[in-house]
Formats: sequence, structure tokens, C-alpha cells
Amino acid sequence: MTAGARWTGRSLRRFEDPALVRGLGRFVADVADHHNGTLHAAFVRSPVPAGEIRSIEAPPGAPVLTAASFEGIRTMCARLDRPDFVPLETPVLATDAVRHPGEPVALVVAGSRAEAEDLAEHVIVDIEATPPVLDAAAAIDPAAPAVHPGLEMPMGHNVVLDARMATGGVDEAFESADEIVTLDIRAHRQNALPIEARGALAAHDPGTGRTTLTAANQMPHMLRTALADILDIPEAELRVVTPEVGGGFGQKMCVPREYVALVAAARLLGTTIAWIEDRSENLLASWHSRDHTYRLRGAFTRDGLLLGLDADIVCNIGAYSNYPVTFGVEPLMAMAELPGPYRLSQYRVRSRAVTTNMCPIAPYRGVSRPVLTLAMERLMDTTARRLGLDPVEIRRANLVREFPYSMPTGLPIDPGSYVETLDAAVEEMDVEGFRRRQERAAAEGRYLGIGFSVFGERTGYGTPAFAARAMEITPGYETVQLEMNPSGDVTARIGASPHGQGLATALSQLLADELGVEPHQVAVVHGDTDTTPYGWGTFASRSMVIAGGAVKLAAERLAAQLKEIAAHHLEASPEDIRLEDGSAVVAGTSVGLTLPEIARIAHHSSHRLPDGLEPGLAVAATYDPAGTFSNACHAAVVEVDPETGHVEIERFVVIADAGLEVNPMIVEGQIHGGVTQGIANALYEELVVDDDGNLLTASLMDFLPPTAAEIPTIEVTHIQTITDASITGAKGVGEGGAIGAPAAVLNAISDALSPLGIEVNEMPATPARVRELIRRTQPATTGGRA
Amino acid sequence: MTARRAELTLTVNGQPYEVAVEPRKTLADTLREDCGLTGTHLGCEHGVCGACTVLLDDEPVRSCLMFAVQCSGQAIRTVEGLADGERLHPMQQAFWEHHGLQCGFCTPGFLMLATSVLESRPDIGDEELREVLASNLCRCTGYQNIITSVHAARDQMRS
Repeated sequence: MTAGARWTGRSLRRFEDPALVRGLGRFVADVADHHNGTLHAAFVRSPVPAGEIRSIEAPPGAPVLTAASFEGIRTMCARLDRPDFVPLETPVLATDAVRHPGEPVALVVAGSRAEAEDLAEHVIVDIEATPPVLDAAAAIDPAAPAVHPGLEMPMGHNVVLDARMATGGVDEAFESADEIVTLDIRAHRQNALPIEARGALAAHDPGTGRTTLTAANQMPHMLRTALADILDIPEAELRVVTPEVGGGFGQKMCVPREYVALVAAARLLGTTIAWIEDRSENLLASWHSRDHTYRLRGAFTRDGLLLGLDADIVCNIGAYSNYPVTFGVEPLMAMAELPGPYRLSQYRVRSRAVTTNMCPIAPYRGVSRPVLTLAMERLMDTTARRLGLDPVEIRRANLVREFPYSMPTGLPIDPGSYVETLDAAVEEMDVEGFRRRQERAAAEGRYLGIGFSVFGERTGYGTPAFAARAMEITPGYETVQLEMNPSGDVTARIGASPHGQGLATALSQLLADELGVEPHQVAVVHGDTDTTPYGWGTFASRSMVIAGGAVKLAAERLAAQLKEIAAHHLEASPEDIRLEDGSAVVAGTSVGLTLPEIARIAHHSSHRLPDGLEPGLAVAATYDPAGTFSNACHAAVVEVDPETGHVEIERFVVIADAGLEVNPMIVEGQIHGGVTQGIANALYEELVVDDDGNLLTASLMDFLPPTAAEIPTIEVTHIQTITDASITGAKGVGEGGAIGAPAAVLNAISDALSPLGIEVNEMPATPARVRELIRRTQPATTGGRA
Repeated sequence: MTARRAELTLTVNGQPYEVAVEPRKTLADTLREDCGLTGTHLGCEHGVCGACTVLLDDEPVRSCLMFAVQCSGQAIRTVEGLADGERLHPMQQAFWEHHGLQCGFCTPGFLMLATSVLESRPDIGDEELREVLASNLCRCTGYQNIITSVHAARDQMRS
């Protein structure tokens, strides 16, 4: 904790909550429903994954817009400046072809949503269906249909990114190995599933010529720029507002085609139009996630030391690219971060993105890291079993212990607590006691297992990290504008865009300590491009690190001004002024001015300011760090029912290190939520399509987020390693829970089923999959079911 | 395409609302669009997520699966009716104190569900309570703090 901090480190109740518990939060659908005269849009979507559009027929006079209505509008296309990258252009509405199920083909506008949906059913889209390709492995076969016929793919058939890297002695490492372990990991397709689906309200004001888009979104400034670029209009004519947002988890990061179409339609018709996505649309055609395949080869000594790693990674990125981070984020993050917190000198990797006739992929909590962590942690357990080592010992032998450590991909790992979190988890789980219990249970025919997962999560990374990915649109920094108002309270305008995290509360705690005010005297303004500085929003576990860092820098500047004014009036030196309890006092005395007195001077009696100071009390600061790694160890105990394949999680322990915790209650809430999504990803959630591309999990009766009945108590212990990589000391915490949990759960299931020789390398490990693995180990019985 | 509208009076949080709605209009849409009560949220519109839970004669219902025309003459309670003026209901207070919400979108549904179960069964045990709370989905909190909040409210409402 910061020395002398009064508010930082406290579990302060959130300022966000009173309105939300009263039902007075304003989400986008609420804004639309309170807006008189709003028209409503519905999208007509492709019923097939691939085909040629022959015609679109609308009832006479019906307000139906198609690609032809939007002539002059550009396609959406984000690029990476790499020779191995093939840019994919996305039309706002499908033009002559459809490339994934649910692709938007036309937009219908009516007085109510029900009427718009009725009308959409009367729009006849004649599509000549063509054979789709849905699976990445199938798509790279030259005999497979081309998803983008006519587009040159020099990296291979349907291959849109083929990235490779290797250190100098990989072959030698494998030649000298005592044991080479090969592992195939599969992570199926999922949906981030924010409980509020997407939605937007586009209001065009013909008087000013400006259009305001109120949208469920995580990156308001990026969205404004994208709209201006795609619609070819000045950015000043656009305003993007993100009101209360009902979770995002990455799904509300990228620019949806529907929002662009909505703004175009509102400008075309000179009116206000809302589109509130329904859950089936969301499951079918918002953004999907995961869908990775890894083949790993690990070279080990007989003591379990990792000498070399060779990986082939394939990501099914669907039919188009997301905007702005591109589909490259999946394979490139997997490539850069696969080795995780393990010492490794020899690494070779090939990482591909493959386009298919599936819904496009966008980042989801953890992006590639839940899968790469699963891959490495399964490699550790598999190797330990092969070599007769303890899974804990093989990790201890390989974990990074000295910092900074340079990964073979060049990423520096700053100080963390990798071994310490593992040791703490081992103690917390009483592994020896568990093994005895496991043996007793085995004697009764029960299958208990324990699994660990150790990982580092790169968080709070700024421009340099994104520049290394060669992104044409390079995110990274955050700016904060800070102002002390004449009444002595504080307004902080931020470019970050919280959507449920409680960032406003946490930032107010930091500011309160820096300025000697109370947190409730700080108003944090976010989510409005007209009133906040340009920034990159909230994603990648970045807000507390980067926006928090910018807040600290800005607060230091404001504090310096306050001290200078106070010193001038108190005939003291600025170095002797302390800001505390709402006043600027001369250290060791009771002589001082209250902050409102100083603020009045600055705003209303500027002739009394010291020479050289401008009127007012407004400062700004930007922070753009290289990044830091938070880390954790997750541990799970499960019981597997061999008859049904059902997995019950008995215990789930997290030892988490997110650096300085500004608000431990919020940090713990992020871990609970992340782990819950990780368990969901590990056991339950999967988007399933049939051979024709029909989504079989298009409702929450089939796509199964867990409830309170499935999720165990998550026991969290906190370690706080403070490093120089973050000026506040805080490390990011939003994604870690989701990153570590799948590996811990699958390791525990594999441990439970180890008497049967079963390794579980596919997620989600649904009862059907687990049961199938068990069935394969059983000799066929005569005439009966196995 | 506008269909015949039914005129009816809904009693929501003790207040009468005269509305004219198509017979196919759900209670959720009517509360939001015709009564201006947008605290009731829609997360799936097919009866699974429970974000739209309201109380009908004190029983929790999915308002996305009810038609407004079915609800005339019954007492409807929504999240807007929980607080007593500025004073939060013990359930709202507990969710605030125990970090029982993050984005807040599912929260009104959980508040109504939990309030109704504790009103009818103030002594409900932990296991059964967990099962009841499994009626609704939350995507942010991982449920743990929701359960803690409802336990705290149970203690508060008993005393």
C-alpha cells in the first residue's frame, strides 16, 4: 500500500451502485425507450453460411435499406503492416455474397421493434447457397471452397496470417532431450455473452448536422473514428456516448457492422433509430471467440526441465476481420505469450489465422491466453506423469524466479510471485492430505482429482506492445483531464470506458489520496467523446494501470499548482505545503488555506495568482507504459462421475498477485467473475453448428452459462508484488480469472481420470466428451452399452 | 401493420397505469415502453436469464414471458418500487455493501427474485437459497457476492 495512503487499498463501496440497485442506471435500451419518437431497426440476416445474393425483395414502400442504399460508404478493413497478413474487407451490409450465418443483408426501420421484426420477415432474400467451409483444418485444404474467392492468399488456401519465429537452437534442444512430449489442444468456439446484448441508438440532428450514437461499447473514441472513416464524414459531426454498459468482456470492443449501418441510416433518413440486439442474434452473429487448435512438442530432461518448445497454432477466425484489432490478435498473442512464466531458451512457433464461413472472432476475456495457458499447463502435467514426477515439482523446476526475465519472444517479465503463488496454493490445498483422500475415494470407485495452473498475464500494456504487433491503428496510451472546480471538488475526464468494473470508484480513491480530498468529492466523467479526451477505452486489463497511471500523473501536476498558489498566499515554500483533509497547510503548522479557497482564487480572483500561473485549475496527463505481468496460481479439486461424465468442482482456490490493489473488494470481484467464466469455458459453453452451418446453440437453453448452482465458492488469497513497471504499483486484473481456470479444471479432471489413462485436452470438457473418453478405455461389452 | 390495442390498467408499485397495448405485447416491454419503468431489463427474451424478473402478486415471474393483458388486476412490483423514498430496501443495501453487482444489468432481476423468496420464506436455508438464486444468470460477479448479499439481507430482514 502507498505510504500514508488513506483511501488507496480500502474496499470502498462503489459510487456506481446506488443508481443501479434502484433500477435507475441508463443502459442503451433504456435511453431508447425514454426517447420519444424513436424508430426501431431490425436486420435481415443470411440464413446460410455461404452463398451468392441473387435479389432482395421488400414489400412496396417499406423502409428497407440494403448495401445499394449505402453507396459511397467504405468497407471496414483494419490492417497489420506485416507481409504475412492478408487484409479482409467487410462490407457494412452484404453486397453480392454472404459468408457466414447471420450476416446482415438488409436493415428494416419501423415505429416499433415488433413492427420492424414483422416487416423483416417479409423481406425476401434470394440467396444461391454454395458449399461452406466451417472448420479451420478443412479450410486449408486446397480442395475446400474459398471463403473470399478472387482474393490472393499467398500464405495458403484460406490462410490470412502465417506468422513464424524460432530461436537458434531448437533442433539441438530436441536432439538432446530425454523425453519429447507431444500434445494436441483444442478450444472450441464460444461467446463472451455479456448479459446485456449489443445495442445502439443513432440520433441525427438535421439542424446541426451532427449524429449521436449511444451504444453498448467499450471503446467510444475508436468507434467514433471508425464511423468517420467508414462513412467518410468529419469526425466532428459525430458523438459517441457509452451509457451504462451491461458487461462486455471484449465483445463490445470491436466495431459492429450494425452500428455503422444504424448511423448511416439515421443520417440518410434524418431521424433517430434504435437497434437492440436479441439473444439469438447475439449468439449467432455478434462476435465469436476462441476456436483454436494447438499442437505442442516439448523437449524435456528426465528431471523435467523444459529445454525446447515447438508449437503449431491454428485459429479459426471466421469470415471477416474484426475492427480495429484485427483477427491477428488471436494467433499473434498465442505466438508471443505461449511459453508463459516458464524458463525457456529454445522456442519455435508457427501461428496461423484461417478464414472460414463462421461468424468472425473478436477478443474475449483473456483472448488467446486461456488456451495457451491450458496448452502449457497440460504440457507440464502430461510430462510430469510421463516422467513420474510430481506436477508441482515440475513447475517449481521450470518457473521464472529471477526478474526481469526475457521470454524467448523478447517479452520482459517484471517482478512477480510465480513460485510463491504455487507454494501458497499447494499449502492451501493440503496436497498430501488430498492424495490420501483421493486414494480412499478410489477404493470406493470414485474419481477425485487435483489440478494446478500457474500463469502470468501481460496487462497494462501501452503503445509499444501494440506497435510490436504492427497494427495500423495502434492503441495504448490513456489521457486524463483533471480539473478542480471553483467549489473545490474535482472532475476527472478519462478516455477509458468502464462498463461495470467500478473504475470511477477506484480512480476517485487514487485522486483522493493525491489531492487530500474525499473520494465522494471526485466526479469521474467517461463514455462521451464530446466531453472526454481521446483514449482507447477499457479492454486488456488496462484501465487501472494506464488510466490510473495517467490520473496519478495529472494529480501530481494539479497538486503542484495547488501548492504553488497556497505557498504564494501563505508566504511559504511550495515544498513545505501538504495537501490533507481538504486543505493546503504549511507542514508542522495549522496555517493553511482550504482547497475551495484556493480554487476560488484560481477561478474567480485570478489576479491574485502567483506570476506565471494561468487562471483556472485544469491539467492533463498521459500515461503510456510498456506493460507489466500480473500472475496467479489457480487450483481445483474435482470429482468426476464416470457414469455420466459430469464434473463437480469441489474446491477452487486462487492465489492472485495483481500488484497494488487500489480497491481489494473490486479486485476480488473481478477474480470471482473471471474464474466463473473460466469454469464456464472449461466445462459448459460451446457454440455448436451442424454440417450446414446451422447454429444448434442459438438460445440459452442450449448455450449454457453456469448458474449459482454450478459455481463453487472461489477462495482467494492476495499477494501484492509492487514493480516499477506501473507507476501506481497496480497490475491489471480483469482477465486473469478466465485465463487460469480452464487449465486448473482440465488438469484436475485428467488427474481424476489418470487411473484410466485419460488425458483431457479439449475444452469445454462437457459430460459427453468426458464420457466418450471414458467409454474408449472400456472393453466393448457384449450387446450392452459401455 | 398495427394491430388492435387492448386498453387496460396495470397496478405497478401501487400506482395505476392506463395503457393501450397490442395483445401480443409482453409485460416487460409494456413496463419499459408504456409505463416508463426501464429498471426491468431484458437479457434473453426467452425466459432463461431472469434479468426481467418482476413480482406478480408477490410471486416472481419472467416478465418477458407474460403478456401485459394477463396482468390486469394483479399487483406488479418492479425494482423501482423496492426503495422507500431515499431509503434503500435491505436487499438493495446488501447488494451495495457486499459488492453483489458489477455492471448492474442483471441486478434488478436478482433483487426481485431474492426479495420475494425472503418475504415468503424468511428462514430459508443456504442450500435452498442457492438453488433459488440459480434461477437467474449473472455474467460479472460469479454469484458468490450475490449469495453473500442475500444472506446478509436475510439476517437484516429477520431482525
